Amino acid sequence: MVAHLLSLKWRLLLNGFRRSPLQIVGMAVGALYAAGIVLACASGLVALRWADPQTAQTAVVLGGALVITGWAVVPLVASAADLTLDPSRFTTSAIPMRELLPGLALAGLLGLPGIATLLASLATVVTWSRSFVAAAGALVGALLGVLSCVVASKLVTTAVASLLASRRFKDISSIVFIVPLMLAGPMVTAVVQGVRDSRDYLPGLAEAISWTPLGAAWAIGGELDAGNAAGAAMKVLIALASLAALGGAWYLLLKRAMVTPPYTGGGSRKAGKAGLFGTFPATPAGAVAARSLSYWMRDPRYAGSLVVVPLLPVLFYFGSAQSGNQELLIAVAPLTAFLLAWSISADVSYDNTAFALHLATGVRGRDDRLGRALACLSFALPLVLLFAVGSIAVTGRWEWLPNILGCSLGALFTGLGLASVVSARWTSAVPAPGESPFKKPPGNTAQTLLVQFAGMGVMAVLLLPEIAMVVAQAATGSAVFGWIGVGAGPVLGLAFFTAGIRLGGRWLDRRGPEMFAQLSNNR
Amino acid sequence: MTPPENGGGYAGRMSAPSSGYPVPDPSPAPPVPALALRGLAKRFGEKIAVNGISLDVPAGSFYGVVGPNGAGKTTTLSMATGLLRPDYGTAFIHGVDVWARPLEAKKLMGILPDGVRLFDRLSGEQLVSYAGLLRGMDRAVVQARVQELLAALDLGKDAGTLVVDYSAGMRKKIALASALIHAPRLLVLDEPFESVDPVSASNIRGILEQYVASGGTVIVSSHVMDLVQRMCDHVAVVAAGRVLAAGTVEEVRAGASLEDRFVALVGGGTRAEGLEWLRTF
Repeated sequence: MVAHLLSLKWRLLLNGFRRSPLQIVGMAVGALYAAGIVLACASGLVALRWADPQTAQTAVVLGGALVITGWAVVPLVASAADLTLDPSRFTTSAIPMRELLPGLALAGLLGLPGIATLLASLATVVTWSRSFVAAAGALVGALLGVLSCVVASKLVTTAVASLLASRRFKDISSIVFIVPLMLAGPMVTAVVQGVRDSRDYLPGLAEAISWTPLGAAWAIGGELDAGNAAGAAMKVLIALASLAALGGAWYLLLKRAMVTPPYTGGGSRKAGKAGLFGTFPATPAGAVAARSLSYWMRDPRYAGSLVVVPLLPVLFYFGSAQSGNQELLIAVAPLTAFLLAWSISADVSYDNTAFALHLATGVRGRDDRLGRALACLSFALPLVLLFAVGSIAVTGRWEWLPNILGCSLGALFTGLGLASVVSARWTSAVPAPGESPFKKPPGNTAQTLLVQFAGMGVMAVLLLPEIAMVVAQAATGSAVFGWIGVGAGPVLGLAFFTAGIRLGGRWLDRRGPEMFAQLSNNR
Repeated sequence: MTPPENGGGYAGRMSAPSSGYPVPDPSPAPPVPALALRGLAKRFGEKIAVNGISLDVPAGSFYGVVGPNGAGKTTTLSMATGLLRPDYGTAFIHGVDVWARPLEAKKLMGILPDGVRLFDRLSGEQLVSYAGLLRGMDRAVVQARVQELLAALDLGKDAGTLVVDYSAGMRKKIALASALIHAPRLLVLDEPFESVDPVSASNIRGILEQYVASGGTVIVSSHVMDLVQRMCDHVAVVAAGRVLAAGTVEEVRAGASLEDRFVALVGGGTRAEGLEWLRTF
């Protein structure tokens, strides 16, 4: 049975490739990335072979504890847990529990994260290859540790399966998850600083953690190397006991989950909330705008990018503080304008086949384009103005205000116009509705990249006048260029905006069914 | 404008409709059919999904399109409703060419496509309003009709719930409401009863029968023969991208039950031989 489950997982992986050769490319990129991390970890661990035992033990135990924590926590926040072998799918197959359990655990190892963890853990054997006993102990510890990782992850996913299945939780967790991801840079800096400041304290921490389920398995090799057989034995016991406890808890939860499928229903709500549809004008374009804006707030794929926006100034602030170059901060407004405007360049792809409603109702392409652009504009315009004035106020470089305003408004309107054309003609591979924004999307990734890069290239060309004004002011220091910029930006921007809506609308009118056919294929 | 006579421009390339096809009434001014398909054909790569389908759906009829899985029902209906561009042929809605004057044709029909997503982050009420507003309807009219539609389809108490939290049957019903909001003259429903519970199904049937009684035309695709036989007055049997028989239900079933006639026409029906072990327990 274990072999069956393993081969099933392997089949699923291979069949994924057969769907499209591009999936292989995606997998190869992922594998390369994982290989890089594994290589870095492994070479570090090999280098520790010649470090003093205490440092090695501290690094191995703390690193291992982090890895187990990661395996347990990531499925919670990313909702990207691997559900290809969802236990609930085996409910009807009457597989005995004692065979299903090890099968699922080992199958959980088969996959990039599992293989990477296993390889990195095995590198600890090299770290402790100072004597045969220590190396053997490290090998046992590594295997116990990796198993603990997988079982802990399975336990957590099973425990919160009904929570994970609820749409509301998925929505919120995938949005919230973006925040630490965005702030990873500053956070890593802070942690490195913290570690540097508390270096003396770390061995003590590692020693304490090595007595807990998180660190016991990883400490076995080090204890044996230090000649502390009793300590090693204790830690083997702790690791085995915690693995058994995790496995037992998983067993109980899985047994219960098999007979009680997750309940996903929500309460029902009465009518009477037209929401934004009551606010926007009752025209086709107004309706499209109301719908789009509702999606910006309710759909995690949109809301995710909206959450990122307030973090941009924070990132820029940290960036400019670190580089000591205050001027960097004033670039935040044009960049935000560009990012927000460009975010609707895959709008029709985000609709997925729901676009059929637009096609069926015969809404004119122009109204479709205008509505989507207006929805984005309704919050992007105030935000960009706020960022422009705010960043200037913080840096005190008021002579730059006209130029930055012109450049930001130009970027916003030009970007919206261009995005309206792009999304009317080309589909992109984006996560399907209801899926995590981090999920690897199905569809043509190569075309997506090509369209995105080409689009940004065209964007840069269209923005040349505004960019030229900024460069001219930077070079000459003359504020005149700023005043030209604040005039030229909105005028050119609005011209491109109008042209983009018109052209995109005409293309959509002509090729609506073809767009829909592409969307159906991407599904 | 009337569609060209059956098979006219495409007879050379496309198959003529088979024997069960009703001969058009030779009276001086034949009534304009609600939907007229003329030599529709579509291929996907190597596979010919629809191989020259011509069909007249009389105005005021309750028309069933039946066929086995993969017969080309959905492809045909998509081409008839302007969702999928045909390789050959075209479709006329009350005499308006769907592919030459799409905006006009789309005003006349309401469609329920099968297997497409909905804008499911809207509440049920919002989704139906959205469909109305997209068609340029007045806000007050939309509001009044949405309430009535939701009440008629028994969705009143879930009107404010997001469609993403609806059950499969409720999604069908809300999609049907979106198709009805602009009071179309023709309704094209692809598998409207799939995963709909019996109570809702009879509820939907009631609405559709009332709609036909007041002069509307309904086309439903289904593979539930019983349902089609009880509900529809006309039926077309489609298999492998062709029309095998079409006409009133009485004509097509010719005394037998529609299901037996269907199996005879489509020709599968291999007897369950070689499964002896199934009887041995």
